[in-house]
This record gives sequence, C-alpha cells and structure tokens, in this order.
Amino acid sequence: MLTFVGLGLFDEKDVTLKGLDAIRDADVVYAEFYTSPLGGKTVGKMENAYGKRIFVLERGDIEENAEEKILKLAKTQKVVLLSGGDAMIATTHVDLRLRAIDRGIETRIIHAPSISSAVAGLCGLQSYKFGKSATVAPPYKGVISEVPYDTIMANKERGLHTLLYLDISMRINDALRLLEAVDGKRNGKVLKKSVIVGIARAGSDKPVVKADYLDALKSYEFGALPHVLVVPGELHFLEKEALVKIACAPASI
Amino acid sequence: MATRGKKAVEKVKVLMDKTERIRNIGIIAHIDHGKTTLTDNLLAGAGIISKELAGEQLFTDFYYLEQERGITIFAANVSMVYKYKGEDHLINLIDTPGHVDFGGDVTRALRAVDGAVVVVDAVEGAMPQTETVLRQAMKENVKPVLVINKVDRMINELKVDAHEMQIRLGKIIDKVNKLMQGMKKDKFEEWKLDATKGNVAFGSALYNWAISVPTMRKTGVSFNEVFEYCKQENMKELAVKCPAYEAVLDMVTEHLPNPLESQKYRVPVIWHGDEASEIGQRMARCDRAGDVAFMVTSISVDPHAGEVATGRLFSGSVEKGKELLVSGVYKTNRIQQASIYMGQERVEVSSVPAGNIAALVGLKDAVVGSTLSTVEMTPFESIKHYSEPVVTVAVEAKSTKDLPRLIDVIKKFAKEDPMIRVEINEETGEHLVSGMGELHLEIITHRIEHDEKVPIIASPPIVVFRESVVGKAGPVEGKSPNRHNKFYFEVEPLGAEVVEKIQSEGITVGKDKVLMRDKLMEAGMDKVEAKKVVNIIEGNVLVDMTKGVQYLRETMELIQEGFEDVMLKGPLAKEKCRGVKVKLMDVKLHEDSIHRGPAQVIPAVRSAILAAMLLAEATFLEPVQEVFISIPQNLLGNVTRELQGRRGQISDIKTEGDVVSLQSESPVAEMFGFAGDIRSATEGRALWSTEFAGFKPIPQNLFGEKVMDVRKRKGLKLEMPKASDFVS
Ligand SMILES: Nc1nc2c(ncn2[C@@H]2O[C@H](COP(=O)(O)OP(=O)(O)O)[C@@H](O)[C@H]2O)c(=O)[nH]1
Repeated sequence: MLTFVGLGLFDEKDVTLKGLDAIRDADVVYAEFYTSPLGGKTVGKMENAYGKRIFVLERGDIEENAEEKILKLAKTQKVVLLSGGDAMIATTHVDLRLRAIDRGIETRIIHAPSISSAVAGLCGLQSYKFGKSATVAPPYKGVISEVPYDTIMANKERGLHTLLYLDISMRINDALRLLEAVDGKRNGKVLKKSVIVGIARAGSDKPVVKADYLDALKSYEFGALPHVLVVPGELHFLEKEALVKIACAPASI
Repeated sequence: MATRGKKAVEKVKVLMDKTERIRNIGIIAHIDHGKTTLTDNLLAGAGIISKELAGEQLFTDFYYLEQERGITIFAANVSMVYKYKGEDHLINLIDTPGHVDFGGDVTRALRAVDGAVVVVDAVEGAMPQTETVLRQAMKENVKPVLVINKVDRMINELKVDAHEMQIRLGKIIDKVNKLMQGMKKDKFEEWKLDATKGNVAFGSALYNWAISVPTMRKTGVSFNEVFEYCKQENMKELAVKCPAYEAVLDMVTEHLPNPLESQKYRVPVIWHGDEASEIGQRMARCDRAGDVAFMVTSISVDPHAGEVATGRLFSGSVEKGKELLVSGVYKTNRIQQASIYMGQERVEVSSVPAGNIAALVGLKDAVVGSTLSTVEMTPFESIKHYSEPVVTVAVEAKSTKDLPRLIDVIKKFAKEDPMIRVEINEETGEHLVSGMGELHLEIITHRIEHDEKVPIIASPPIVVFRESVVGKAGPVEGKSPNRHNKFYFEVEPLGAEVVEKIQSEGITVGKDKVLMRDKLMEAGMDKVEAKKVVNIIEGNVLVDMTKGVQYLRETMELIQEGFEDVMLKGPLAKEKCRGVKVKLMDVKLHEDSIHRGPAQVIPAVRSAILAAMLLAEATFLEPVQEVFISIPQNLLGNVTRELQGRRGQISDIKTEGDVVSLQSESPVAEMFGFAGDIRSATEGRALWSTEFAGFKPIPQNLFGEKVMDVRKRKGLKLEMPKASDFVS
C-alpha cells in the first residue's frame, strides 16, 4: 500500500487528522521536500509531533530509483510518502502513482490544504477566475523561460488570474525581475500597468500579502520563504475592494 | 652587410620606425631539408654568430634538447640588420619548428610574418611536409621565395652533370609552383616561382654558398662555374664568392613584401571584422598612430621578466604603461615592458610601431592566439592547424608536496603551447597530458623534471581513440527521470569528407548560418540537414530535425549540453567521439520549465544518444600517421619488416638511383619506439618523417581488446556496454 499524504501549507500542524492516522499506522514513512519548500517545519519537529521516524528522499530516489526505494516495500508493507501542500500537486507524484498501479500496488491519497486554493482566500480573489498556473524558475545559462510570462498574457486575454509558483529557493523580488526581463524583450505594455500580489508564508501565523504595481512590489521586503505570486486578470469590484482592504493595494486600482 | 653589438641595437631601433625597410619572414621546410643550417648562415652573415660556426652551431636550436636531438622544437625570434642596395633593412626572422610533432608552432609563426623562405632538398624534392607548410603559408597569405638546398648532394651523390642538374632543379621549381597553383589561384601569377625573376636561389647551406640569377649577374660567377667548384670539392672558395646569406637575404629584401604592402591583403584573410571600420582601415594601412591591434603568436618565460608575449603588431604602437584588452577573457593588462629582438636578445624600447614583431611583458592573461587591443575589436581568426594531440601520458608528482607546483608547471606549459591538452583524472588524481606525439611528450616530461625540477612519475605513452558509428539507428527514445519529457534521436555516420572539412577549416555554428551550411554542403552534407545543424563539436554534429515543438528553444541549450557530454565521453569507453551525426527527430516537453530543467533533460538526452550509438554499431577509431622513409636500396627489406611488424601498410615505393623512398600508413600506437628501432635496423641510414593522417577504424579483430584496455585504464566495468544499459 502506498499512501500519499499532504502536509498542508506551512508547519507540522497543517496535516489533517486522517493524514496523521495514516502516518502513525505506516510501516515506513518517507518525505520529500524538493517539490515544495519546508516552510515552518523541520523533520525533527514532524517526528516529534507524529511520533514516527521519517526518512527524507532525494529527487533521484523517487524519479530514478523508485523501484528500489519505494515500490518494492510498498508491495508488502504500508508505505507513506509525505509532501508539502496537497500530495498530488507535484506532478512527479502522478508518475509514481501510475508506476505503483502498474505493479498492482494499492494507492491512496490523503488531501491537505494547498497553496493553489489558499491564494484565492489570502488575497480575496475569486477562485473560479484563475486560469493556468506556471512556475518561475531561475534562468539556466542565461536562458529565461518565457512560459510564465506567456501564461500570464494568455490568462489576461481571457480576464483570468494567474498563480505563479516560485522555484523552491526563489524570492518574489527575483521572480519579478525575471518577468520584467521578458516583458522588456517583448516591449510589453501590460505587465507594468498590472497590479500584482505577492504572498509570503501562506498558512503561517503571519503571512504577508501585498498587492502593488510591478515597480513598487519589486523592492518590497517579503521576508522568509516560501513565496508565491498572483497576477490578477480583470477585477470584479468586490475583488478590487478585497485587494485594497486585505492585500494593501493602492486605493487607485 | 654585417653589423655587430651595440651599434646593431641602435640600428634596429632606428629601423623599426621605417616600416618599408622591415621584412617579417619565416623559413619553412620539410624536416631535414636544411632550414636550421640555412638559418645559421643568415645569422652568421648578419654577424650574430661567427662565420666559422655557421653550419654547426644551430643557433636557433637554443633549447638544449633541440641540440641534443638536432631538431628544432620551439619557434624562436631573431632580428638582424641587412644592407641591400645601399640601405639597411630590418629582417625579423621567426624560426619555425621542423618536427611534425610541433606542427602547431609552424602555423602560429606564419601568422606573424609576411614572407616565407621555402627550403627544399635538391635530392628529395618537395615532400609532404613541404606541401603542408606551403599550404599553411598560402592560407595565411604569406608570400614565398624558394631556396633549393643541398645542391652539393646532387652533384656528389647523384653524380648528375651540369645539364641534368638544371633540368632537375627546374622540375623542383615546377613541382612547388604546381602545389601553389592548386592552393592559391588568386595570387599565383604574381607569386609564381621563376629563377629568372630572382625569387629562387640554389645552394648548399652546409657549405655556406648559394646563387640566384641576380647574384650570378652581380658576381659574374656562372652556373657552370658553380658546378665545377662543387665537383672539385672546392666549395670553400665558392662560399667566399657567393655566400649563402647574401643570395637569400637579397632575395628576401627584394621579393618579400614589407608590412605596408602586405597588411593590405593579409588583414582581410586573418581578421574577419568589418573592413570598413576604423580599426580595420588602420590595420590595412599599418597605421602606427591608431588603436593597437596585436596578435600573440608565442608565449615564453623569461627568468627575470616573467611571461613574455611575442607577436605581430598590426596597428598602433605599443609602449610601457598602455592598457590592452585581452580577447576572450574580457580583461585589460598593462604593458610593463615593450621590446623588440636584436639577434636573440630582447631589447626594451620606449615604443614599437605597427608592422613589427614585438615582445610584451605584463600581459598575464594573454595566451597564444590572443588578440590584444586598445579598443574592443573582433579578434583575429584563430590559428588553425591540422594535427591533434593524440598521445597521452599520465603524470604524477613523486611526492605529494610537489603537487601544487606540478599543477602550476603543467598549466604554464599548456599556456605556452596550445597543442598540449591537460585533463585531470578525478578518480586517480593523475594529470593526463596529451601532445602531438611521443617526442613532444618526452620533451614535456623532460622539462618538468629537469627545467622545473619537479620529480614525476610518467606513465608510458598511450594513444587516444575516438568513438564513432558504422551504421544507422533510431529513433531511440530517451525519457527524463521524472518521465514528463521525451527525446527521440537518430544516429548515423557523418562522412569522412564532412569531418575532414570541419576539422581542417574549423567550421563552427556561428552567426553566419548560411556560410556554415554552404561549407557543410560543399563537403557533401544534405542541404536540409546542413541548414539545421545546431552544434558542432570534435567533428560531430547535432542536427535539429524537429518542426514547431513548443518550448524547444528554452530547452535547446540543455539538449546541446547532453549531446556535448556524449561527444566528449562516448558510449564504449568514454573516449571522445568523431564523425557522428546525431539527429534530434522529435521532442515532447512538459510545459513548465521547472519540470524540464538540467536534471531532467541532460540525462534523457545522454542516455538516448549513448544507446543510439551502440545500436548503430559503435566502433573505435585510432590515430594513424603517414610515414615517409628514404633509405639505400639494400636496406629495403629491413625497413619493410620493421613497418609490417607495426601494422604499417606500405602505400608507395619509389626508387631513384640507389635511394628508395617509401610511404606507409601506420597506427600511431604502433610507432612508439620507432626512432630507435629504425636506427638500428638501418645503421642510422634512414631519413624519415611522419605526418598525422587522422583517425581510422581499428581492425575488427582488435576492437574488443582495445575497448577493454581503455575501460580497464579508466576503471570502468570490464564489460562491453549494450544499448539496454542506457535505455529500457
Ligand atoms: N650535404 C648537405 N647537407 C646539408 C645541407 N644543409 C643541411 N645539411 C644537413 O642536413 C641535415 C639536416 O639539416 P637541418 O638544418 O638540421 O635541417 P632542418 O630539419 O630543416 O632544420 C643536417 O645533418 C645538415 O648537416 C647541404 O646543403 N648539403
């Protein structure tokens, strides 16, 4: 049996009771933190809270050596794999689940809150108006991926909001600079005029949510990771009001 | 005529400012044709060495190893003052090495000069290396004059009469002209060698005499008289009447261009920047007032001053304190000393103007081939040569405390000599030093131990192989570890002509895609594929055959990285690949860049290409040499036995009089120790030389053994790799 357990948004206390039951009942508990940041948790804190030994897996363990590391065990024992947010948001895990199914291993998912639903609440935007998401990753040898920018533009055309995940160590300020670089290359006009929302440490006691125009937001200090970004599309008047009151957007938007 | 000492230095200082009186020249020849002996004659004529010693001193062979072995290894610079038609001229002579192991140096020296004295042995005639160096000279737009040397041998060994001698000399000239005509159509008529024009001299460097049509006129000594002098073995008198240096330097001064003339047509060939730009115009004019444009052709180490960068100044003036940009490293270095050569000495001067060979101290970031300039400029074309470092020794410091020193020394050597490659074997900590041949490496290890005093253990030399494919395979699918990306590759042989063209012309994927396509097509590549080549490395190409794959552009860099990885470490034994055409047929990518980063793309691409190569019958290529040997008839049997024992294939045998010339193609690996063995097999009577002839497939029956040898040496599993090791 292979159970994917979501750990929720921020610290060790965001797991669900069902998730906790699964952990306590497991023969082996694995965790991976390469798809989402640790936030306020540490392995030590989790082990204390859950009363179970946790083995942290690297990317290679899951992607390349899943057979050895996970699937063999899961054939006969109860294996739990912990990951941040909701367990299946990291696309890699779908693949692992499919491989388990191919080997006749029973699989199960225990959900937990995910950043993809939390953002809507945190900044007061309406969740059904979000379009496609994308990830802003650090440039490789100077090549900046233009996918995030294209995604924003495609969503905006249809009036939709865009959630941008940031690579595990990336800060809002850096991500904005990358978007700006693509915008500059394209001679873009839209991004500069758009309000953008930065969210830090969603799920913690003191999340920071700040909406502003690109130039101002670039130098805003968001504090510790994790960070995400939302680029709103067309705003309903209630959304506008929410952005001003909840996300401290300039009153003029 | 001759001038010595301090006075000479003063004259050089004056002459370096008179550009039209400067001749920058090199002497090029097949090994043993007498280049060093002739150089000594010129130096003696200029009073730099004593006349008695000319022919023995081998002045330019100043490195003792060179003298020990009687061959020229390092390009040295010597300048001399020569009076012609009542006016002093400054002759800057760059010596070029004669051993095939050092081919790289010849080409570099040619970049600095405008004219070349081609020396050909009267008995042997034009030989393969004559052709090679001549081709390089033509490529660099360097104008030739011809010296036919060892004319005494013709008379005393071949015993030809005066009439026959003329015919034979004429034939040699015709042969060199024919070579030139094939290489340089545009300048052939102007540069054609013709005794009556005066750009050909005949003589004997060993006996210090030479004549040309103009000197015969000047001295009144006729051709028949020369013949008689030789025949009666009275060449001493001939040397007094017709000294070799006079015939040669007269010819050099009269027929070889000064920098003002030559830079006009040389700059467009050696520099591909915008001709209409300010720096382009100034170089063409050899303008000393403008910005500096300097090309480094050699780096040497002076025990007092440190590194000295010597090269040709094409524009501007160099002086102490000037800041020069060093191409490639985006740094500026300050000139600490600007100097020129007098004799072999480096003489510091306040300023050196364009057109000269200058030596600079303080350019610590410069390497051989660097462009130094005061403004940002397109660098000079890189200097091309045909040979490749194919022989490797592993070097280890005897005592670990010497390791840092050893690293410094090896780095320094690699900087001075671009034909040395250094790699570190991470597992064993050994330094793998690759060079052009056994001799080249022997000299390097000798210098480490004796000049630099670092005790080392050097492994016996080994040859490097190349991995290639015989057949076609694919499309082979490579999946990324997260299984969200797939890459499909086909692999097939690139074709010998295309590889040859890429290597000899240094074709790369640059800005000018059309030029690249045309060159590849000329060598026989399909038009559609030639257009789509996105990467060329080590004589292998990556062709992007995909159409409209979304996000491919963002991933191409990574795909190329995976491709380059495999081309530098092939599937059989991690040797470099050669002659492999890899075609990217299709790609399926995850949309989000986070799921198609380096950790995903590179392994997927690598494993697909590795597997595809194995499916396409991967094979080993080994380096081979052409070996040319001349021997007396009665020793032929001994020599053929020696060659056949070394897997040599004799391709040509010619007999002339008592002398047999034979040519064979032999694997470099089998040629280790040949020098000693052929000496004992022929009582030292063989004249021989070798030339790198590229990589050829190894015989099928040796394939398995050689692959395992290399795998063992590298600590790889002793199993023949299979495609299934890389893809499932
Ligand atoms: N008979 C004869 N031997 C010569 C002549 N010039 C050079 N040699 C000999 O040929 C050999 C090679 O000469 P060297 O100058 O070292 O040739 P390099 O390899 O071209 O520099 C030496 O043994 C010289 O003494 C010549 O004019 N006549």
